[in-house]
Amino acid sequence: MNTNDDIELKLKQEADEANIGRAEFITRVSLSIAAISAAVMAVPVVAALVAPLLERNRTFWRTVGHIDDFPVGTTRLVNFDNADAEQYAGMLTRSAAWLRHNEDQTFTAFAVNCTHLGCPVRWEEKAQLFMCPCHGGVYYKDGTVAAGPPPKRLPEYKVRINNQEIQLETAPLPITNI
Amino acid sequence: MKRFFKRLWHWFDDRAGISVLLKPLIDHPVPPRGLWTYVFGSATLFMFTVQVVTGVALSLLYQPSSTTAYHSLEFITYQAKFGNALRSIHFYGASAMIIMVGVHMIQTYITASYKYPREMNWISGVFLLIFTIFMGFTGQLLRWDSNGVWSSVVAAQQLGRVPFIGTYLARLLLGGDTIGGQSLTRFFSYHVFIVPAFIFIFIGLHLWLVFRHGISELPKAGRLVDPKTYRKWYEDFLKKYSVPFWPHAAWRDVLFSSIIVILIILFAWLKGAPPLTDSPSLTSIHTSPAPDWYMVLFFALFALMPHKVESIAMTIGPLLTVIILFCIPFLSNRGERSPIRRPWAMFGVICVLVFVISLLLLGLKHPWSADFDAKPLTVAVARPGGIGATDSTVSRGVQLFYNKGCEYCHTINTYGGKAGPDLSTVGNRLTTQALVIRIVNGGGNMPAYGGILSTKDLQTLASFLSTQK
Repeated sequence: MNTNDDIELKLKQEADEANIGRAEFITRVSLSIAAISAAVMAVPVVAALVAPLLERNRTFWRTVGHIDDFPVGTTRLVNFDNADAEQYAGMLTRSAAWLRHNEDQTFTAFAVNCTHLGCPVRWEEKAQLFMCPCHGGVYYKDGTVAAGPPPKRLPEYKVRINNQEIQLETAPLPITNI
Repeated sequence: MKRFFKRLWHWFDDRAGISVLLKPLIDHPVPPRGLWTYVFGSATLFMFTVQVVTGVALSLLYQPSSTTAYHSLEFITYQAKFGNALRSIHFYGASAMIIMVGVHMIQTYITASYKYPREMNWISGVFLLIFTIFMGFTGQLLRWDSNGVWSSVVAAQQLGRVPFIGTYLARLLLGGDTIGGQSLTRFFSYHVFIVPAFIFIFIGLHLWLVFRHGISELPKAGRLVDPKTYRKWYEDFLKKYSVPFWPHAAWRDVLFSSIIVILIILFAWLKGAPPLTDSPSLTSIHTSPAPDWYMVLFFALFALMPHKVESIAMTIGPLLTVIILFCIPFLSNRGERSPIRRPWAMFGVICVLVFVISLLLLGLKHPWSADFDAKPLTVAVARPGGIGATDSTVSRGVQLFYNKGCEYCHTINTYGGKAGPDLSTVGNRLTTQALVIRIVNGGGNMPAYGGILSTKDLQTLASFLSTQK
């Protein structure tokens, strides 16, 4: 009797342990499958979120005008297509720059963005100053800071002259770092 | 008939379990006194509900596409039936929500309700504050007029100041090199899906914690919070004095929120939504981006901060503010809760309020901006003080004063901007020679005109200014 009970008990224990072992195993496998499938699914989701960081920075030369349209000493607003000028961006496919025909016959293309917080600076022809409407930033005609909070001079685009056409190279929106 | 509906309800309630779920919430005991001080939290929740409902309604009319968003806003504002009313209510709802979040937070700080065991209530609240501000800002961008577009540029610039990863963050915000096809869809997703989802989650947590730890009792000077005994004490306190939430506390919440809603409707009706600015374009540069009133605080701060520390302050300022807010319940989670016994904390509250309100008022006037719309100065206006000056000096001077941009920042007899000193009586302060030196060298926030003005113009301008007494 005793021995039988013992054997039965032992058998039952073994079965329980096996069951526990099996249950634990199945749970782990299930959770692992869930985790892996969730991780795989997360890849395109995260990719959509950080897509702008994964794309490559491309640049293009854009023609902004003929050399004769810009008399020496003038600073004029020019427009050009951005690097990633998708049709569906509507009016936002284009950016602007201040193109200056310097006294030494060279051209300089200034970004319109104030280096303080990015507001669009306007060229005041008679005062020969770039003035920002937001926080009082002012620049001289050569782009150096004249007054106000801007930490840096006006950023410039690269300019070249190709068959009497003035071209500038697209660049990302100028961001001021510390 | 009545009996039938009663039975129907009982069947439904038994199978659906509505009462079982809600009864504990409706009946939960709250401290009986000071119930009016608790209305701000519920008002914030109510405002959020208003925002969700009006936001969903707006989404029926709005097109989140860079090409058409502006047109759909024109449609909402000028054509859609009650469209402008809807936009206005959503705008003033946002304003009210931001005010209520602020008041709720200040009131929680004044009564030190963040102390044991309600630290997590405070922390989840700080998260909700951050989300609310983010919603306010992204909402403004979704108008996608020139103001919205340039405000996104400003936001990207601010992110750019974060050390090391600034440029990447800015790129991530804009969805590419510059503002383009992908920018608006991202702002739309943040404003309509991602952040609201977090707000729902955190409101859930916040409310659960209010329920779990109970609404904090009004503080009393000398009654200290001791983590060892507080829970037991609070339980006994409730047993002795509490009233059920419904209807004793709830009617106040309902009444207060309704008054706010009525105010929102009145504002929407009488004042309307902020007008749309120009169509969105990075090439229309004759625009003066300015944020909505609740963001004006930062606008003012960026103008007034010492320029040298500004770039660093732009990152450290918000970071430090958030860290301090998160730390508050850990700096003192026990002891005195009464504002009378916490004079330094109250002093801090007053300082913050004075700081915020003065920045707001200053920001709405923004006197630091050049006034490009200043009316040109005329001889007749400049004349009153100009006795003894030759006519030609005054008439040339008046022209130069406007043409050379002086007037954008300086006022003479109410004509001109306010960024620089008023020059109506500058002749009393500075001689002609001193004026010449000042104009040539600039200084402070004034450009040096040495390389811009001819000697003759410089002399004329200085002589003209010295006649202004």
